[in-house]
Amino acid sequence: MNTFYLVRKNLTRNKLRLCLNAFAILIAFLLFGVLGSMKNAFEAGVELSADDRLVVVNRINFTQPLPLAYANKIKAVEGVSEVTWANWFGGYHQEPRNQVMTFAVDPESYFKVYPELSAGEESFNRWLKDRQGILVGERMANAKGWKVGDRVPLSSNIFSQRNGSNTWEFNVSGIFKADTAQTDTNYTVIHYKYFIETQSYGGEWIGWLPVKTDDPALNEEVSRSIDKLFENSAAETETSTESQFNKAFLEQLGNIGLIIMSVVMAAFFTILLIVGNSMAHTVSERTGEIAVLKTLGFKSNTVFSMVLGESLLLAALGGLLGLGLAAFLISGMSQVPELQSMLPNLVMSSNVYVQGLVLVLALGTITGILPAWRAMKLNTIDALSRG
Amino acid sequence: MGKLFAQIAAVIYMNIKSLPQRFWASLTTLLAVGIVVTVLLAFLAMGEGFRQTLQSSGSDSVAVILKAGSQTELNSGLGGDDVKNISNAPGIAHDGNGPITSGELYVIVDGIKKSSQTEVNLPLRGISLAGFKMREKISITAGRMFEPGKNEIVVGNSVLQEFSGFELGSQIGLGGTMWTVVGVFDAGGSVFGSELWADTRTIQAQFNRGNSYQSVRVQLETPGDVKPIQDFIEQDPRLVMDIVTEKDYFAEQSRGMSDLIFYLGWPLAILMAFGALAGALNTMYTSVESKAVEIATLRAIGFKGTAAFIGTLVESVVLAFIGGIVGVLAAFLLFDGISTSTMSGSFTQVVFDFNVSGDAFKNGIILAVIIGFVGGIFPAWRASRMPLLVAFTAGK
Repeated sequence: MNTFYLVRKNLTRNKLRLCLNAFAILIAFLLFGVLGSMKNAFEAGVELSADDRLVVVNRINFTQPLPLAYANKIKAVEGVSEVTWANWFGGYHQEPRNQVMTFAVDPESYFKVYPELSAGEESFNRWLKDRQGILVGERMANAKGWKVGDRVPLSSNIFSQRNGSNTWEFNVSGIFKADTAQTDTNYTVIHYKYFIETQSYGGEWIGWLPVKTDDPALNEEVSRSIDKLFENSAAETETSTESQFNKAFLEQLGNIGLIIMSVVMAAFFTILLIVGNSMAHTVSERTGEIAVLKTLGFKSNTVFSMVLGESLLLAALGGLLGLGLAAFLISGMSQVPELQSMLPNLVMSSNVYVQGLVLVLALGTITGILPAWRAMKLNTIDALSRG
Repeated sequence: MGKLFAQIAAVIYMNIKSLPQRFWASLTTLLAVGIVVTVLLAFLAMGEGFRQTLQSSGSDSVAVILKAGSQTELNSGLGGDDVKNISNAPGIAHDGNGPITSGELYVIVDGIKKSSQTEVNLPLRGISLAGFKMREKISITAGRMFEPGKNEIVVGNSVLQEFSGFELGSQIGLGGTMWTVVGVFDAGGSVFGSELWADTRTIQAQFNRGNSYQSVRVQLETPGDVKPIQDFIEQDPRLVMDIVTEKDYFAEQSRGMSDLIFYLGWPLAILMAFGALAGALNTMYTSVESKAVEIATLRAIGFKGTAAFIGTLVESVVLAFIGGIVGVLAAFLLFDGISTSTMSGSFTQVVFDFNVSGDAFKNGIILAVIIGFVGGIFPAWRASRMPLLVAFTAGK
């Protein structure tokens, strides 16, 4: 009969209480797993930004256009290795509610600046040859069920064609994939040339310019040189690193991280109260038994670790079940189209698991340490004479 | 019957009075329920505040005309001719100068949010004096209206409150030129309070917009009736436009956020409620256990099982109810009236206040009572079935 046997027997003695406590813990870890993953998904754009990538936008605001001629001028700036440009298309498929995020890009240079994306050589060449071709991100293709060769109509809620229609027809040339699961592939890219020549506003303007630098250490200098280049012109620029740009965009939504973390904290505080109280109650119920154990020669340390072990085991039981359920839910949620368009990067990553395990240890320790200490310090004579 | 009531009352009295004996356990349940209610109310207050801001923005007597399919003013684009043509439509109210219409521009510019010191998108609206008059709730509270043709802007009261650099009299650089803030307007809690307004023609010139607009607002002859104008649009193939009342426009704009609250706030609160429920059940079972002798004794001297049942149930509900009240009060003190801003459907900041409404208040208390009820009913069942023997074997 080892100590672990006693811990296990103690834990399962009051089955109802065990179930309730484990369930409460499960809820907290379920919330943590789901919300933690959602928070990561929100912030994925910042986390996954390449550190050698800059974004050049109009200084008034990133929704204002820039002249196409800027691309060549920026290319000549020292420290710049690649430049590409893109335009917001504002796409939807059939119904305005079915948004299909679409960028009109310069085909060759776009994938040089975004080397983590690839459609495969064959598809890419097919796309280059087809003016009306479209490359669809893997997630988007899965969500819509689009395959190579499909002809898809995309409408724009901003632009119209010269002929008055706001719907363009595209041929799916290929599916592009990213090298990590969290990289956003929930969008499509079309040919800038085709877009700009068919839309009714005319002109040669672009939305923004992603720029690759030779070395992240040069970012600041390159940014300054680019902005200096267009100072006092009709369209001044503002250059920032990709992660700064993504972060600024996210912060416009409000402090989502804070909201999510507050909810998780509230949930854990609640569970801490419930389980902590229950553990304290359990130990005070067993005062007599603990005194007997000690009389039998169990060391104070053993008694301490038995109680602490029980609370840790309880936390581990509820916590692991909760994390498992969260993983299950997240994989289900990431298939829901509405959620997918809002949070394209929804996956439960390993750091959520690691943080979860740390929380299991913390919860088990915090709820068990005081009762364990009390059990250890229990005066055998007093406890026995009381019973 | 009367006797049963007396018994129930006695048990309730005993249970409630014994609550402080199990102080920590009771407090735990109370706090757990309170926290759940606070979280729920935080989300509801956020959703309600946002909804109210957008809904109070729209008027039924004004219609918004956008390019077909564009959904938001930001995406829309209309030519000068479009604006001229649509003003001939029937169903538009007239005054001494002809049909009351306002061709407007919606340009996004950068501002700095005070709370986070980060750059955010602010809408700069190009508007005419007619458009200003159309918005009845809006009045200049400091300074004066801009003069057409000058680089002057007036700013909404929420802009002044949430974003830095827009104080009366200050100079700001927007789109390569300097503008002077000459007035502040009160927008009556509407979304316009988060906007900067300047003369349409001046913005067209300064932002290279030629003679283009993004939306047209028209005063309706009959409030709510856009049919005549809609028919007019359909009959003229040159007019590729959508028309909705301003009220409907903003109701649609608020939908995304309401959905988010619904899909996030309620499930979260319900999940947490299950956690709190487990706590309540634990506490109540413990409570029944610790009073086993009392309950069995009462049963032995003739008290009905029903009395023990209801007494336990009431104890649980009262506990949760107090927790609910604590939660509601906490939410009210912590969140009500807090001003914040988020990005709206048109990519720009909307300033709104958290609003703990009467409805949210009610929902919070209901949730608390449900937790108390479910958390009490099973332990109450056990109490009502307490074997009489316990009374006599206790202490042995």
